[in-house]
Amino acid sequence: MYQLKAVEKKFPGVHALKSVDFEIKRGEIVGLVGENGAGKSTLMKVIYGAYQPDGGTVMIDGKAVRFQNPRQAMEKGIGMVFQEQSLIPNLTVMENIFLGYEQQFVRLGVINWKAMSAAASRQLAKVKLDIDPATVTSALSFAQRQLVELAKVLTLEERVDGDLVILLDEPTSVLAEDEVKMLFAIVRELTKRASFIFVSHRMDEVMQLSDRIYVMKDGAVVDVVPQGGATVEQIQHKMVGRNVDREYYREQRQKPYDASKVLLRMDGVSLPGRIKDISLKLHAGEVLCLVGTEGSGREAILRTIYGMRTPVAGTLQIKGQAVASFNPQAAVSAGVGYVPRERKIEGIVAGMNVFENMTLSQMGRYSRAGVLNVTAERALARDWIAKLSIKAHSELADCGNLSGGNQQKVVLSKWRSGGSDIMLLDHPTRGLDIGAKEDVYEMIRDMSDDGVGVILVADTLEEAIGLSHSIIVLKDGAIQQRFDCLPGAKPTLFDLLHYMI
Amino acid sequence: MKRLMTRENAIRWAPMLVLIGLVILFTAINPAFLSQRNFARIAIAAAPALMVAIGVTFIIVMGSIDLSMEGTVGLTAVLFCFAFLATGGTLAAGAWVAIPLILLLGALIGLVNGLVHVRLRIPSFMASLAIGFVGTGAAVLVTGGDIVKIDDDTFRALLTWRIAGFPLMIYVVAALALLAWFIQSHTTLGRNFYAVGGGEELAHASGLNVRRVRIMGFVLAGVFYAVAGILQVAKLGQAESVSGANFMFISITSVVVGGVALWGGIGGIWNTVVGVLIVNVINNGMVVIGLPDFLQDGMLGLLVILAVVLSTDRRSISFVK
Repeated sequence: MYQLKAVEKKFPGVHALKSVDFEIKRGEIVGLVGENGAGKSTLMKVIYGAYQPDGGTVMIDGKAVRFQNPRQAMEKGIGMVFQEQSLIPNLTVMENIFLGYEQQFVRLGVINWKAMSAAASRQLAKVKLDIDPATVTSALSFAQRQLVELAKVLTLEERVDGDLVILLDEPTSVLAEDEVKMLFAIVRELTKRASFIFVSHRMDEVMQLSDRIYVMKDGAVVDVVPQGGATVEQIQHKMVGRNVDREYYREQRQKPYDASKVLLRMDGVSLPGRIKDISLKLHAGEVLCLVGTEGSGREAILRTIYGMRTPVAGTLQIKGQAVASFNPQAAVSAGVGYVPRERKIEGIVAGMNVFENMTLSQMGRYSRAGVLNVTAERALARDWIAKLSIKAHSELADCGNLSGGNQQKVVLSKWRSGGSDIMLLDHPTRGLDIGAKEDVYEMIRDMSDDGVGVILVADTLEEAIGLSHSIIVLKDGAIQQRFDCLPGAKPTLFDLLHYMI
Repeated sequence: MKRLMTRENAIRWAPMLVLIGLVILFTAINPAFLSQRNFARIAIAAAPALMVAIGVTFIIVMGSIDLSMEGTVGLTAVLFCFAFLATGGTLAAGAWVAIPLILLLGALIGLVNGLVHVRLRIPSFMASLAIGFVGTGAAVLVTGGDIVKIDDDTFRALLTWRIAGFPLMIYVVAALALLAWFIQSHTTLGRNFYAVGGGEELAHASGLNVRRVRIMGFVLAGVFYAVAGILQVAKLGQAESVSGANFMFISITSVVVGGVALWGGIGGIWNTVVGVLIVNVINNGMVVIGLPDFLQDGMLGLLVILAVVLSTDRRSISFVK
């Protein structure tokens, strides 16, 4: 019924979808699995019309179609239930359900709320949600909102002639077990109304719900597994089965760390709802990787160390000093540097030039009585531009106009030039092309040589294994397992996945 | 690859071109516009407004807004007169003390403003608007609605003593604009304003004390408002509770016309200087070409919209609130 044939999608430097064939039949539930960066989200975006494919065809009932935007896809019966929910919290449930489609209830410019409420109740009944449609959305629980979102997508049923295809993006990631069961029951029942594409990191759930599972790797579909056709382990092998290139991660440059010098020590640190009882040590010259799925507590650990969150239990010691007050200023002055995932939001200030960005965290060193020594700042920036071969026309270039890789280099040099010796890197290679990634790997090895301790949340598992001296696997906020990663004796992807999911 | 007419450059120079265009336009209609005497007149009219506009520029660069200027200017002007009279009535007799005293008062009002905004987490426009009203009210209270006059020739020399045709106060204002530029581009505080305006999350994540930066911004703005208050007295020789009237519209439109982005991080003192000149040239030009005064306000409004259209880059933002 819905079909993709040899669909291609390219972004600058990334071949995101490589000749993907995909098919979904009426009333079918299809699972879609793959590692981060395997191309799942790109494929979803092509399906619901947010991206236009560069090649190949999209077909509905054998006819080729082309969507300019998600709305056109919706008119053909393709709906998306977003992971980050798309409901507007200050509107009522019924307003959200019919957002953008209120016209059907309008007479002489006035909305007939009763009719809308009745219609909304009908939608909510489909997902077995018994709430007043006039409830303000923010008053609902997360699971309820998820169902409202589903109900909203199901309004397509009345608007569209053909069959429905509904994408569910990580719908269970924040649900409790019984809520997941309820959601699955509802989805199964709804298969008489629609087909579903189910995307999740939780392999057992995908196996449980799906009739068929598409396994993606590096932008291509590597296998299609029918229900019961493979074990969790076999699918995981398909997801990651590739040769790790040691050269690529600069493994030959990995040297043993200085075990006598503890830079950072966490003991029994807990943040309610995020992490529990985390204990770890970071040594000089060590690259410590935190591995886990989204929401497993990796970021919370970084943010705690950086002082953006205050733990309710446990202690954090930086270079032997117990941290008393948790705030970024204190962390920075203790030598902690943080490279956040959202480069655009927390990494660089667009509109400020290279040298201003570099000295942002260390203006005290470049000023006397509040007056800046711009000459020294610019000299520093020129120095690092040369050292890291940052592609900027000069230190006066606006950072907002640099490429992602060069922005990341600016962020890294900001901390390195300030003498930070505990570096927290959250997805430092996200969105970078291969060359820029290799530059970042090179810089991480340089930092280790200088005795810097690095805590890394890597973009892929290979990256984590390739770069790290030690790996800590997290699940639901708790440490599952710790691995030593000596060159030549590294754990396999499968070892890690086993503890992750 | 260097191109002269990039979009970036066009945006940067647009306010200057608008200013030059206006001067040419008014001169074409009435050649008397282009005279040194008239320019001096424009400069005098612009001087206190420039101080207010510079003050609010720091706030706008941070992405906030300050609407307390009318109250602050009014109160500082009135209290300056009282302090001046109380400390001798002439500069020579020791009344100069009133100047640092009032600058300190401006800083204090700014501090209260900043604390209310940051500590009580009230949006800056609301906090400062309220403080502004408190200021105006206080000015009425201390004057009882009367006018306070100052009669000191040495002080009034700010207006009367002319060098190369321009009164002394213009040079004072020019020096203070230079100082403001120095603060903006050569101090950590100035850099911090841009960091907060360009990315507050990031400034925080870089270990900046964002709350302190915000409060300091309001303090600095308060000092510049106090300067404007003193200059108002120098210009008119008197003060009353409404001495700060109209500064809100003039200063904020000037800042925006000059190309400082209201969402923060973009533009600076030079944009503001050009913006103040644009608004004052428009004002003066309409008088010179003999537009009836009932048309002038409306025309000013229209020209301001036109100038904003020409001089700011509005394509980079998706929603205007």
